Amino acid sequence: MKALVGVKRVLDYAIKVRVNPQKTGVDLQGLKMSMNPFDEIAIEEAIKMREAGVIQQVVALSIGDKNAAETIRQALALGADSGIHVQTDLRIDQDLQPLAVAKVFAKMIKEKQFDLCVLGKQSIDDDFNQTGQILGSILGIPSATFSSKIEIDVANKKATVTREVDFGLQKIEVQLPAVFTCDLRLNTPRFANVQSIIKAKKKPIEVFNLADLGIDFAPRLKVEKVEMPQERQGGVIVGSVDELISKLKNEAKVI
Amino acid sequence: NRQLLTQVQSQVNNLFQSQPIFRETLQLQFQVDIFVHGGKDSISKQVEEVQKYPGIRSIITSASDDLSNPYGDHVSQTLKKVVESHSYDKVIASTSAFGKDVTPRLGGLLDVQPITDVIQVINNGQQFLRPIYAGNALSTVSSSDKIKILTIRATNFEKIAAGSANTYPVKEVAAQNDNVQGKWLENNVSESEMVELGSAKYVVSGGRGMKNGENFKILYELANVLGKQHCAVGASRAAVDAGFVPNDMQIGQTGKVVAPDLYIAVGISGAIQHLAGMKDSKVIVAINKDPEAAIFKVANYGLVDDLFKVIPELSQKIKALQ
Repeated sequence: MKALVGVKRVLDYAIKVRVNPQKTGVDLQGLKMSMNPFDEIAIEEAIKMREAGVIQQVVALSIGDKNAAETIRQALALGADSGIHVQTDLRIDQDLQPLAVAKVFAKMIKEKQFDLCVLGKQSIDDDFNQTGQILGSILGIPSATFSSKIEIDVANKKATVTREVDFGLQKIEVQLPAVFTCDLRLNTPRFANVQSIIKAKKKPIEVFNLADLGIDFAPRLKVEKVEMPQERQGGVIVGSVDELISKLKNEAKVI
Repeated sequence: NRQLLTQVQSQVNNLFQSQPIFRETLQLQFQVDIFVHGGKDSISKQVEEVQKYPGIRSIITSASDDLSNPYGDHVSQTLKKVVESHSYDKVIASTSAFGKDVTPRLGGLLDVQPITDVIQVINNGQQFLRPIYAGNALSTVSSSDKIKILTIRATNFEKIAAGSANTYPVKEVAAQNDNVQGKWLENNVSESEMVELGSAKYVVSGGRGMKNGENFKILYELANVLGKQHCAVGASRAAVDAGFVPNDMQIGQTGKVVAPDLYIAVGISGAIQHLAGMKDSKVIVAINKDPEAAIFKVANYGLVDDLFKVIPELSQKIKALQ
């Protein structure tokens, strides 16, 4: 069996977000970009499956401009066997949208016969939280979202998945092939060592042009405006519990 | 304009997550049908609950064993049938784990790009405001899809209370479960006598400063004093990652978004990802011994002191007031 893993290049989570002066998008110029943190969990999970002998091959797919190749190299350094780079100059944080991304993955899964697709539950730029669910529907295969534990039953071609839901945890069973989206506590991603980074340079990356894939990737959502939220004003520092209670009772009137 | 509001099965609490759209809906003069799904034994009870809310045109029900504790595709496939047979132009669910799971599935089935986590409906329902980058930017979008599939963040919409029972027509639709290749196995519900985080009036939340899970008991004591029917206990991602408390308590970009009347952040530094989950609270109190903590920049009232001294004192003194 083999797994396809999505790795998206996003603005590093620690970088302060600023909107461009034209208010058409978040400013990304010259800023540090990293692999989407949930995708690090996805790649880790797939590599662990291969180490456990559950699957034999891990392929990392990224969509984006030339620089997305760096994110694929990072996945290869972490242990993926090969990469697929679907090139586009569209802004992947707003103009390439989950429905189109799911169609790219669907095409690759169909053509290259993947048994599993492992994705992060959301990317930390557009925060949509949709691609895995849409992908399952497009392919007519099950998707297990917000996974915090994935157990693959190779003999019976199915998986038992523990999901993080609002009331606690939920266990479901899905037939393979299937899509999994990863939540925070599925695993702790490893770091790549120098040796594996060097080795990654020799691993193959197949390159496609998004426009040549024959899919409808035109954005359905038009971004009318992007703006900064109103900053919340800090209040006062109180000197004691008594003063705090007095403020809450008499000024804010919440207790 | 016709609209469909999805309704989570058999959990009365979830009704409160979906219901805030009603106010918006009435303003926009949509015709609203409510979709209720569940097990055959529970469906009439759910319909009875929905009948108590104003502004509905009709209630559409679907009951089957699979829908009692559904796997996502059971719901999305049934919804697809309902949407297509009634020509709805909007499908709305709340931004809950359930809504986020099911609505994109429906989008994939209908070739529609869903709009998740809407915090404001603008321009008579033509544009939608949603947070991006963990709420550090806000994006206004419009959609070229014929059907708009939305999830809304319930804390940003005005709630309508249940009233006297109405007699809206109820229409049954057969559950659709052909080729569903997944199934529900079990729920493991976190045990708490307290109200759910999403609907709590007060939230007391602990961070890495709590030092361990055992220490969260002082937060539960404070929550009890504030009233366990109104108050829930949450946590920052740092506290969850450190293994102090389970993930369903996590408030933030990657956890739950809350906006209670009063949010008390205890031993929480105020990372961007946490602020994204609580900065719309009406009144924020921060208790932290580090005067430089970022949480003080968003707090209405800050107290720079040792939480292990302050929290028991706060509990005791609020109790004395009552």
